[in-house]
Amino acid sequence: MTLGEKIIARAAGVQSVKPGEIHTIDVDYLMSNDGTTHLTIDMFHNQVKKPRIADPKKLVFIIDHNIPAENPKTAAAHKKMREFAKEHDIDFYEGEGVCHQIMVEKYVKPGQFIMGADSHTCSYGALGAFGTGIGCTDFLYAMVTGKSWVLVPETLRFELTGKFREGVYPRDLILTIIRDIGANGANYKVMEFGGEGAHNLSINDRFVLCNLAVEAGAKTGIVEPDEKVTAYLKEHGREGGDLFLPDADAVYEKVYHYDLSQIEPVVAKPDFVDTAVPVAEVEGVEIQEAFLGSCNNGRIDELRVAAEILKGHKVSEHVRFLIAPASRDVYLQAIDEGLVKTFMEAGAMMMNPNCSVCWGSCQGVIGEGETLISTGTRNFKGRAGHKDSKVYLANAAVVTKSAIAGHITNSL
Amino acid sequence: MKEFTGRVWLLPDDVDTDIIIPTEYLALPTVDDMKQYAFSPLREDLAKQIKPGDIIVAGKNFGCGSSREQAPEIIKHLGVACVIAKSYARIFFRNSFNNGLLLLENEHLYDEIKEGDTITVKDGEVVANGKSYPVPAIPQNLMEILEAGGLVKAMQKRNGIA
Repeated sequence: MTLGEKIIARAAGVQSVKPGEIHTIDVDYLMSNDGTTHLTIDMFHNQVKKPRIADPKKLVFIIDHNIPAENPKTAAAHKKMREFAKEHDIDFYEGEGVCHQIMVEKYVKPGQFIMGADSHTCSYGALGAFGTGIGCTDFLYAMVTGKSWVLVPETLRFELTGKFREGVYPRDLILTIIRDIGANGANYKVMEFGGEGAHNLSINDRFVLCNLAVEAGAKTGIVEPDEKVTAYLKEHGREGGDLFLPDADAVYEKVYHYDLSQIEPVVAKPDFVDTAVPVAEVEGVEIQEAFLGSCNNGRIDELRVAAEILKGHKVSEHVRFLIAPASRDVYLQAIDEGLVKTFMEAGAMMMNPNCSVCWGSCQGVIGEGETLISTGTRNFKGRAGHKDSKVYLANAAVVTKSAIAGHITNSL
Repeated sequence: MKEFTGRVWLLPDDVDTDIIIPTEYLALPTVDDMKQYAFSPLREDLAKQIKPGDIIVAGKNFGCGSSREQAPEIIKHLGVACVIAKSYARIFFRNSFNNGLLLLENEHLYDEIKEGDTITVKDGEVVANGKSYPVPAIPQNLMEILEAGGLVKAMQKRNGIA
């Protein structure tokens, strides 16, 4: 079996599974954020005859999309979520960070099957878990029954070798892969990453890869877990889980090979994620806003990259540079390391930990005809604001250099 | 499945959930308040032109992007009888059936018909301009959900816990 098949078999309580089978599974955690939790709560009260929660200890509610609330409607949705969590003794966070970052820092263990009412739940493969996005009706069903159903997907294997050259990041690799296979190239499938190139990657780097799996349509992305996962868990005060590895005779729909030393810095052009081109091709495109943050690229690794570049520079007077650390822990570390001072001296704006510009609703919304360069997850039409605005996706170094220059560039 | 006929609206490849319902309208109180803005970044007036019983025919990867369930709900509330695309993004696929919205797949229909054509959906096929286009059968567990009118209603029927 592949890595994903082993996790599904464990969750289904069976010896083995094959692609195409439908199984009922026990879900290890159910995560929901303020994008749709209020809808789930309404359905729970209005449509469920005997409302009850199978196991409140498996639920995690996180307010991260519109925090702090920007209008009374959002405030009401948050209040509903806060009170429900309290009433049912559900773990609850607000203002502490982007939901997936909190889940990886505090909950996820290898071998678990986790569902989240957010498409980027696929991030948990960074720790060797099967995380997958669902809507609020599926969430309600799993919340009430403790179970869900899953169609066993085919697996695509990504065999990685080598190491990135200086100035190249995992974000360039995943944007390159998505360009190569297309925005639906992994639709309904699992993207399994392995090989010595994958074991060379830090947990942060694995998070970046798995997080964007959904942008190729994947059900999830998973990196083969190793001792780096065990060390990460220990650092974060937990242990255990199953470090599943694929069998030697695992069946893959297709195997792809990527040599990390051959990857170049890329930029994904508007309005689709699978449009990566070498930075030189879009060099000089004027920008009005730059964003460093999101569940994909708002961790300490990326903040360090940005701070190193910003030292001795100023953000262009034509650019608003917004920085949102992915969690409170990341923010505190950035303060300890002096990065925040560097950012603010350079003229960047520090945001509280949240989805921020990537979600296009409560912070840094861009206007008609404006252009944003972002480390966020998506560049769909209108994603960051007005329908006639544009979003380019790039790594933290390119975003920071562009913020200084006032146009897209990878050289200063 | 009962046979039905409807007028076609054509939508391209990769229609994402931010197109189906842009983030800025998600704060509106109900799906009925949101539905007038459906597809607005792509075609401003489309939501007003869609009539109950109409059919959306689309290219590949329909519904890609976020897990926002308002996307299929809005299409259902516009009265769209079904969507027939080359392929769907998986979260949208689950969310649609969970909300009682029928999705069918055919590789060629999109390329061979025009907007405004009238087509007929039958068991296992779609008939357009006298030509038959096969559509794969819906798995039994999804058909149960669809026939009940969505997952919550199916759950009520199946084990009475809801």
